[in-house]
Amino acid sequence: MHAAVVLRLVPDIADDLEISESGNDIDREWVGMKLNEFDDHALEEAVLLKERAGASVTAVALDGDGVDKLLQSAIARGADRVVKITYDELPPLPAAAAVAAILADAIQALGADVVLTGVQTPEDAGGQLAAALGARLGWPHLSAVAGVQPAPDGLIVRQEHSGGYATRVHAAGPVVLGVQSASQPPRYVSGSKLRQAIGVKPEKRAGGEAFAGPVAMVRRLAKPASGGGAAMWKGDADAVADQFVALLRERGLLKG
Amino acid sequence: MATILVYVETRGGAVQPIAFELLAAARSLAAPAGWTVEALVCAADPAAPAVEITAADCVLTMAHPALSPYLPEAHAAALQAVVDERQPDVVLFGYTTAGLDLAPATAGRTGRTLAAYCRTLALDGGALTASAQVYGGKLIAGIEAPLPAVACVMPGAFAEDAGRIAGSPERIVLPAPATLGALKTRVLEELFPEAGGVDLTQASRILCVGRGIGEAAKIAGAAEVAELLGAELAGSRPVIDAGWMPKARQVGKSGTKVRPKLYVAVGVSGAPEHLEGMAKSDLIVAINSDARAPIFGAAHFGAAIDLFDLLPALADRLRAG
Ligand SMILES: Cc1cc2nc3c(=O)[nH]c(=O)nc-3n(C[C@H](O)[C@H](O)[C@H](O)COP(=O)(O)OP(=O)(O)OC[C@H]3O[C@@H](n4cnc5c(N)ncnc54)[C@H](O)[C@@H]3O)c2cc1C
Ligand SMILES: Nc1ncnc2c1ncn2[C@@H]1O[C@H](COP(=O)(O)O)[C@@H](O)[C@H]1O
Repeated sequence: MHAAVVLRLVPDIADDLEISESGNDIDREWVGMKLNEFDDHALEEAVLLKERAGASVTAVALDGDGVDKLLQSAIARGADRVVKITYDELPPLPAAAAVAAILADAIQALGADVVLTGVQTPEDAGGQLAAALGARLGWPHLSAVAGVQPAPDGLIVRQEHSGGYATRVHAAGPVVLGVQSASQPPRYVSGSKLRQAIGVKPEKRAGGEAFAGPVAMVRRLAKPASGGGAAMWKGDADAVADQFVALLRERGLLKG
Repeated sequence: MATILVYVETRGGAVQPIAFELLAAARSLAAPAGWTVEALVCAADPAAPAVEITAADCVLTMAHPALSPYLPEAHAAALQAVVDERQPDVVLFGYTTAGLDLAPATAGRTGRTLAAYCRTLALDGGALTASAQVYGGKLIAGIEAPLPAVACVMPGAFAEDAGRIAGSPERIVLPAPATLGALKTRVLEELFPEAGGVDLTQASRILCVGRGIGEAAKIAGAAEVAELLGAELAGSRPVIDAGWMPKARQVGKSGTKVRPKLYVAVGVSGAPEHLEGMAKSDLIVAINSDARAPIFGAAHFGAAIDLFDLLPALADRLRAG
């Protein structure tokens, strides 16, 4: 089994997000970038497949600032090989179909038979990558994946729905998985492993042809209209606690 | 004539509520443009759920054993066949697990553009325009998707009522494509929530802990306040995924949807997937050290302070009675 895991750097949404002058992107100058949370789970699940079933793991990322470090940390986590994919240009918050077009050929050339990536990113307004990659590759895909087990004749994938309902799905051939959570929380890597991995230089490969079809474009970004929203209590913790308890008393919501 | 196709989600033979929201969305788009609304029910036995759909001009059904329980590969193949055949101008999915699967799959396999996380939809010349919730609900993207297009719509963005109005749609049975006989994936088993665990839907007060709690050991402090409030303890998805609380206590899209009298959120950012599970609670109080956290958009009262300062102060007062 050869698992390719697609990793993406995304803006840290805990940061203050400002809108760029173009009006259709965030100002990326100062915002912190981090590994997409769900991609982190995808990487963990790929490494678990290596440990449980001897899969080889290749971490793949679109080329860009910070990508070498991202891929080196994947090595420290247990990836065997790291590859960055070069491409010409992408619009802000690019359509999943365009990203899938860049990645699909490279993934096929690597000989991967399972692709794992995060179920979503905070900025995929043009759709989610896993299903777009499945469509591009002509492989089945599953989103909202919460756990993958090796089986003698393929993989058993747990797909989560709502309200505690889930299905276990057997995949007999190549498959793309949009991972929501790994079978266990992503592992901690030691500083010494990270330092060792800094020596690794990611391979570079050219991405596929640019996507030819029409795609959705983000025309503008805006903060949500304010109004409505919470009445904010001011003061320190004691003052807030007083107002909180007063509200509960007024609404008859105190216990007892 | 131009048409909008609504994908109707079913589970266990019942139409899921999101389908009625999508029908409402489709009708609001179709009416001013004079377009037609078609609804598609794909299941092993679609006849019974299809009867529930009245707010469309036409209800399409496709029956095949591989279509129930829901399997992404089967439904993607069914949609590809239907969309290629009927050439709708707009296809609507809900932002559910099936929507995550099928919106990009249908767009990719039928050469359509895609707008995700839509809260509003409009037709503007040759394009579908949408406002989409991105960055965990912190920003709204104005998207332009040239027709023909696919849109994936946020639960809660359209009221169900307009999708439930009476009518007598034309009913058409579609043949299942041969591709459904040659699938590479199959459902082995359905898993249902364990009986006997906590049922958050029955709780009148809930205290929900988010990732802001930082570590498992800190949950005890929140649990004590929950106890003093007479509230059930709940968690956001990262808290559950970290193994700090059992799955039955997860609120949100992939957890439980709740509507208690009191919902207190501490250290929860208020991502759309969390709001989907609790935004309709009677009284929402949010505590978050980030004054810009989206949870304050859904809460009725809030304070931008450190939860570790507030919880002990609150416990003192509640203990004093
Ligand atoms: C298909 C799908 C389904 C999902 N289903 C669910 C679901 O059912 N339920 C769910 O919750 N999520 C769900 N999610 C995940 C969701 O997108 C968010 O990632 C999640 O809700 C974030 O949880 P959080 O608010 O606890 O964490 P974060 O977003 O990390 O927020 C933590 C918050 O704590 C605050 N904070 C930090 N320290 C303190 C402090 N000392 N005092 C006060 N505040 C502090 C921070 O300001 C921040 O706002 C789903 C995602 C997907 C893709
Ligand atoms: N189901 C939902 N999913 C995501 N956001 C929601 C949902 N319901 C309401 N909101 C948001 O929560 C805030 C308050 O909504 P309301 O109480 O409906 O006015 C608004 O910013 C809404 O956009």
